[in-house]
Amino acid sequence: MIHLENICISTGNFRLTNVSLAIPSGACGVLMGRTGSGKTTILECILGLRPVTSGSIRIGETDVTLFNPAVRGIGYVPQDVALFSRMTVRDHLAFALEIRRAAKKQIAERVEELSSLLGITHLLNRRPAGLSGGEAQRVALGRALSFRPHVLCLDEPLSALDSDTREEMCELLENVRRQTHVTTLHVTHNLNEAERLADCLFRIEDGKVVSIGTPADSRAMN
Amino acid sequence: MTNTAPHHESSGSDWNSKFVSPNVGQIVLSNRLFYSCMMVIGGTYVLLILSMLLADAWYVVEKTAVVASESAEPWNAIVYENPISVALADHRIRYSVWLSLVSCTLSAVLSVIVAVPIGYLLSRHNFPGKRLLDAVLDIPIVLPPLVVGLSLLILFQFKPFAFLARDVVYQIPAVVLAQFSVACAFAVRMMKSTFDHINPRCEQVAIALGSSRSQAFGWVVLPEATPGIMTAFTLAWARSLGEFGPLLIFAGATRMKTEVLSTTVFLEMNVGNIEGAVAVSMIMVGAAVTVLIITRLYGTREVVI
Repeated sequence: MIHLENICISTGNFRLTNVSLAIPSGACGVLMGRTGSGKTTILECILGLRPVTSGSIRIGETDVTLFNPAVRGIGYVPQDVALFSRMTVRDHLAFALEIRRAAKKQIAERVEELSSLLGITHLLNRRPAGLSGGEAQRVALGRALSFRPHVLCLDEPLSALDSDTREEMCELLENVRRQTHVTTLHVTHNLNEAERLADCLFRIEDGKVVSIGTPADSRAMN
Repeated sequence: MTNTAPHHESSGSDWNSKFVSPNVGQIVLSNRLFYSCMMVIGGTYVLLILSMLLADAWYVVEKTAVVASESAEPWNAIVYENPISVALADHRIRYSVWLSLVSCTLSAVLSVIVAVPIGYLLSRHNFPGKRLLDAVLDIPIVLPPLVVGLSLLILFQFKPFAFLARDVVYQIPAVVLAQFSVACAFAVRMMKSTFDHINPRCEQVAIALGSSRSQAFGWVVLPEATPGIMTAFTLAWARSLGEFGPLLIFAGATRMKTEVLSTTVFLEMNVGNIEGAVAVSMIMVGAAVTVLIITRLYGTREVVI
């Protein structure tokens, strides 16, 4: 579903060369790497928020390398969740559909469906200011899933959570994937999280991406 | 092992006995002195601000008391013959109050309309000449006010501005333009810092989820910037109210025409009516304090200028 071929990125004194990775449709790819290794940069290139120097990005059969980020159809949960402080949780879930001028009834149904999937029905009228870390993550996830994207990009979604909430979110992510079959690219520096959620694992080493297959393969390697 | 333990002990006691203790009394004294110095230096300035305002208020109260004591109906005199009421009864001063309100509001609205896009571009984008633009935007802040007025006046000698000169120079539009040209620079600074404080990720998320740049701006950035816009508006309004130098040169000080409150103070002082000048000043103090309260209540917490 996601194919990166020989992507080169250079910004300032930071450089990634010949990044290639492929995640099959419906699978969860986990990209691992140390802090500052360029995980978020790769994500931003896939999203179209940052231009690539060379190489191509395909989503499904379409080459989206030069596409505007808005038309790539990718759901995005940034590391700091970046909720919209002036909107209620309901507005967040409706946002992507409102932008697309979907029918009111359709939006209401989707909000209903998502909020029960993510367990945030009781928060719908709240604003981000009062939400806990886990709740904010759920809202950000709902906002990203609302328009049924082809691909979901999660940037360290669990790193800022305490261990209990992290466990809860892990289960939620697995549950979401079972129900939606959305192709996911998950960025993390946590090995346990990666092994638990990944169908295929990638690791950034020295500015290059190395595929290390399935979690089972990675355990075999160690 | 048995040898090392006493060795440790002895070196430990040696260590402790040679501990050099600071003089506690000296530290306490020095700390007190430190804070006293800071408070005295800072307090002097705060005191200056407050006593300035207090002196104005006292002057008005004193004059009112004199009027009241000389009048047959003291209460009536306090209400109707205090310097502020007397000033407001003057139709020329009423005109200047009205013109001030209208022109300040107009120039503040214009300032915000211009400051939002400039602040946004400066905050979010890197482009060639950005630093130069940043410096250019500071010119109205650092330029002597009289020079701003003179430059505007000279500008309107040249085409195509010269075609408009008859309707602008020494007319009401000149008042607004003179106020705007300085106030806008402050609004721009405020808006830039507002956008700097808004997480750019929010916009990126909105764009990734399918919005155009303008949708992301209108739906996400602008609502988050509302407190900053409020502050920029009030700041520009207050600057416009206090504008004097450029107005005097570019709009003139014609009574009942281009006279705003700051001009009134100047004109009343010139004819020796200190009472009237102080009364009008008190009206301006009232307006400024109102603006300050609105800003603190509804605006952003941190005003950067």
